[in-house]
Amino acid sequence: MGILILNSIFQPGLVHFLTVSAILFSLGLMAVLSKRNVIMVLMGVELMLNAANINLLAFSRFTGLGLDGHMIALFVVIMAAAEAAVALAIVLNVYNRFKTINLDEISQLRG
Amino acid sequence: MDLAAILFYVFALVTIGSAAVVVFSRNIVHAAFSLMFTLMGVAALYVLLYADFLAATQLLVYVGGILILILFGVMLTSQGYTLNFREATVNVVPAGLLSVAAAILLIYAFSTGGWVITEVDERTDTVYDLGMMLMTDYLLVFIVAGVLLLVAIIGAIVMSTRLSVNTED
Repeated sequence: MGILILNSIFQPGLVHFLTVSAILFSLGLMAVLSKRNVIMVLMGVELMLNAANINLLAFSRFTGLGLDGHMIALFVVIMAAAEAAVALAIVLNVYNRFKTINLDEISQLRG
Repeated sequence: MDLAAILFYVFALVTIGSAAVVVFSRNIVHAAFSLMFTLMGVAALYVLLYADFLAATQLLVYVGGILILILFGVMLTSQGYTLNFREATVNVVPAGLLSVAAAILLIYAFSTGGWVITEVDERTDTVYDLGMMLMTDYLLVFIVAGVLLLVAIIGAIVMSTRLSVNTED
């Protein structure tokens, strides 16, 4: 009986996937808040987007919500691709002008 | 535990461990490479969630596209020596406290949510259903996503062209 309960706790269910995504999200938050390199901040944003996607797919898998979560996750991936391309073009422009990508030193708005 | 459970724990460990390396590594190249393992682990978790098409898309778009872009960004903005690869890390204690608080709150909310779990049938593939949904219910969103990608491409090209003009003068 005890083994049965232990087995059902460790069997990966909805809460297990949600916990993984929560940890991934907070790691991404840590990167966004504490790093001062633009590219590291971008990597943190990607981690947070992936955490959100795991949530969407987990709810689609374990509840009767159908495939709508898959569609939203697909559009999140599309948006992440567009965001990464534009953001890195901006980063290259900023580096070309300021010769640094430290967020604290990029404080000038006038071109 | 069956094979799926063992695979879940292995891939969850890979994902979270390499995400921790991304966040806490002092070397930005190490961070970029361990981001690859994080993205692959997430793709494996997608497979465990019966999302085969999303897993393939994750591998193609993230590992094949975004990660390469990030590595290009790292290499084009480094000033030559390994010393300059090291990124500045500030506010470690407040950011850490906030992140731990966010993790605890999220896990608490998730584990006490009382979700109604219905065991759906095991899906064999999702590609057919996703394609039908893209062409019916999500047609407008699909077109808007295409326009978004076009705008992003044009924006990136315009900014890169200005980059070469700036270098000349």
